[in-house]
Amino acid sequence: MSNFYFTTRQLTVGYDGVPLIHDITIDIARGEIVTLIGPNGSGKSTILKSITRQLRMIGGQVFIESEELRKLSYKDLSTRMAVVLTERMKPELMTCRDIVATGRYPYTGRLGILSAEDEIKVEAAMDAVHALELRNRDFNAISDGQRQRVLLARAICQEPEIIILDEPTSFLDIRHKLQLLSILRKMAKEKGITVIMSLHEIDLAQKISDKIICVKGDHIARSGPPEKVFDADAIRELYEIDQGSFDPLFGSIELPRPEGEPQALVLSACGTGIPVYRSLQKQGVPFVAGILYSNDIDCRLARVLAAEVIEERPFMPIGDDAFNRALHWIERLPRVINAGVEIGQTNARMAELIERAKDKS
Amino acid sequence: MQNQNDNGVRSAFLSENMRRRARYQLVFVLLAAAFVLITVLNINTGSVAIPVGEIFRILLGQAQDSPQYSIIWKIRLPRILMAALLGGGLSLSGFLLQTFFGNPIAGPFVLGISSGAKMVVALTMIYFLRFFSHVSSWALIVAAFAGSLMSVGFILLLSRKLKQMSILLVAGIMIGYICSAVTDFVVTFAEDADIVNLRGWSLGSFSGMSWDNVGVAAVMVGVTAAVTFAMAKPIGAYQLGEAYAQSMGVNIRAFRIALIVVSSLLSATVTAFAGPISFVGIAVPHLVKRALKTSKPLIVIPAVFLGGAVFCMGCDLIARTAFAPTELNISTVTSVFGAPVVIAMMLRRQGGKAA
Repeated sequence: MSNFYFTTRQLTVGYDGVPLIHDITIDIARGEIVTLIGPNGSGKSTILKSITRQLRMIGGQVFIESEELRKLSYKDLSTRMAVVLTERMKPELMTCRDIVATGRYPYTGRLGILSAEDEIKVEAAMDAVHALELRNRDFNAISDGQRQRVLLARAICQEPEIIILDEPTSFLDIRHKLQLLSILRKMAKEKGITVIMSLHEIDLAQKISDKIICVKGDHIARSGPPEKVFDADAIRELYEIDQGSFDPLFGSIELPRPEGEPQALVLSACGTGIPVYRSLQKQGVPFVAGILYSNDIDCRLARVLAAEVIEERPFMPIGDDAFNRALHWIERLPRVINAGVEIGQTNARMAELIERAKDKS
Repeated sequence: MQNQNDNGVRSAFLSENMRRRARYQLVFVLLAAAFVLITVLNINTGSVAIPVGEIFRILLGQAQDSPQYSIIWKIRLPRILMAALLGGGLSLSGFLLQTFFGNPIAGPFVLGISSGAKMVVALTMIYFLRFFSHVSSWALIVAAFAGSLMSVGFILLLSRKLKQMSILLVAGIMIGYICSAVTDFVVTFAEDADIVNLRGWSLGSFSGMSWDNVGVAAVMVGVTAAVTFAMAKPIGAYQLGEAYAQSMGVNIRAFRIALIVVSSLLSATVTAFAGPISFVGIAVPHLVKRALKTSKPLIVIPAVFLGGAVFCMGCDLIARTAFAPTELNISTVTSVFGAPVVIAMMLRRQGGKAA
C-alpha cells in the first residue's frame, strides 16, 4: 500500500445489495480534512455509513493504514474511528457529561466503570469543544449547537485516529458552524486526527477542507484539493444550478441576475457598487455596470449580476472604447446611478462621465 | 481568574457527583426497607393472623409442629418469594425490551410476548394433562419461551416494515389479542378438570406456588438477571442508538440476539408460573429511573429488579387481602397501579415534545 492513512479501492456502496455509487477510490493522509459534497440524496451518507460499517460494502476495499476495514473487529475499530451522526439521539436522563463519557467505552473494563484517568480525559474533551459549563445539563435540554459540540467531545474522548461526521453543521447557526469547523481544523492540525465529513455548505467546505470529494449520480464526479475542484462550472454542474451562481474564489453564492433590457447604469469603483447591484437585483431591475477595472471587486460581482459590464484593463487610463460604450448607455438609459467613484490619474475620464450623466441621476 | 473559574466548575461537578451517589443510596435503602416491610406484612396477613414475634421464631426454624409453621413455610413463604422473583424478572424484561426498541412503552405485555407465551403454555398444559397427570415446571418454561420467541419474532419481522414505534406497539397489542383469543378458545373447550388450573393461571396469579417452583424460578431468574447485569456496559452504549453502540465496539448482531433471548427468557419464566401480568414491565422501570434520575444500566438494573419485586409483592398482598376470602387476579391489581403510571408517562413525553 502507500503511506496514506485511509484509502478506498474501487469501493462500491449501496443499500440491501443494490449498488448506488461505484468505484470510489480515495487516498487520505493522516491529519487531513476531507469533505464530501454533492446534492441532497447523492449518497454522501451512504458512503459515510459504509466506511463506518453501518452498511455492508457491496464491493471493493477500505484500508486503515495497511489493515482492511472488514477484517478489523468492532472493538479494534472503535479505538481508531469515532463518529458523529445525523440521527437524533434521545437518551433518557443523561447529562452531557454522561454522553461524553460514553466515548471512553472501548477503554473501560467489563462493567464500564470510568477510572480517574478516564474522568480527566472526559473533562479534557469537553474543554476542547468549550462545553465544560454544559456538564450537568440534561442532554435533551440543550440547543442544537451545544448538542453537536457535546457529540464531538464524545468522539474526541474516544481518542480516535479518524473521526467521521455526517453533516455536522446542519441545524447550526453561523456562529456555531464556524465554531465547530474551527475546532475540527485545530484538532486535525494539532493532534493529526483525520476527519472525513459531509457538508451542505460548499463555501465552508472549500475553506476548511484539504480535499474535496464531489458525489454525483453513481460515481465520484471530481475529487482533489479545493482549489482544483472548485470552479464555477464544476459546482454549477454538480448541483445542477440553473438559478444563480457560485463564485469559487470567495465561495460566495448569488441569486440569478435580473432578466430583460437594462434600465439603469451604475457608475462605481472599489466596492461602492456592490450594495447598489444587490438592491437593483432585489427590485428586479436589469442594469449595466461600468466603467470597472477588471481587478475591481465591483467587477467580480457585476459579471454575475449585471446585464452588461463595461470593463477596462487594470491600471490603464480609460480608453475610448469603454468611454464610448458608457456614453452610449448614458444616452439610452433613463437612470444613471453614481454609487461613488474615487477619481485618480488613470480613471480621470470617469469624472467626465459623471458630469454628462448629472441630469439623469 | 481562569483557573479559579475552572476550580469552581470542577467542584460543582464533584458535588453533583456526590449528590447523585447520595440519591442512588437513598433509593436503594428505601427499596430495601420496602422489601422487608412488605415481606413481613405479607407473611403476617391472611386468613390466619400470625403475630410478628411468632413469625421470626418460625422463620428461624422454631415451633415446627404448629399449624402456623406450615402455613408460613408451605404457603406464604413460597408465594412471597415467587412474587419477588417473578416481579423482579418481569420488570427487568420490560427494561430490556425498552432498551431494545428505544421506547419506554415497550414491555412484554404490550408487545404480545406474554400472551404468546400464555398461548403455548395453555396448549402444552392441555396436551400434557391429557396424557400425563403432571407437567414439569421446566416443560412449561420451555413452552413459554417458545411462545415468547414466536411473538418476538413476529414483532421483529413487523419492525422491518413498520418504522414507527407506535404502530409497532399497536401490532404487539393485536398479537396479544389473537393469542389470548386462541387461549380462551382452548380453555373453553378443555376438559373440566384442567380448567380449574388454567382459568386462574391464564389471568395471572401467584397462588399455589411450591418450593419446587421457587427453586426452578430462582435458577432461571437468577441466571438471566446475572447475565443482564453482565450486559450493563453494552446496554449503556445501546441507549445512544445502534450506530453509536457499534462505533464504540459493540457487536450489534450478537448483542441484539442476546437482548431478545434474555428478555424472552425472563418473561417466559414469569408467564410459565404466574401467567401474564400486565404493566409491571413498563411502570416499574419508569418509576425506578425517575427516582434514580439516571438511566445508567449498572445502577438501574439492580434497582429495577428490586423495585419489581417490591411492586409485585405489594400487589400480591392486595390481591390476597383486599376482598378476602376472594382472591383477585394479580393483573387486576398491577393494572390499577401500573396503568396510571403509564398514562402519566405518555402525557409527560407528549408534553415534552410540544415544549
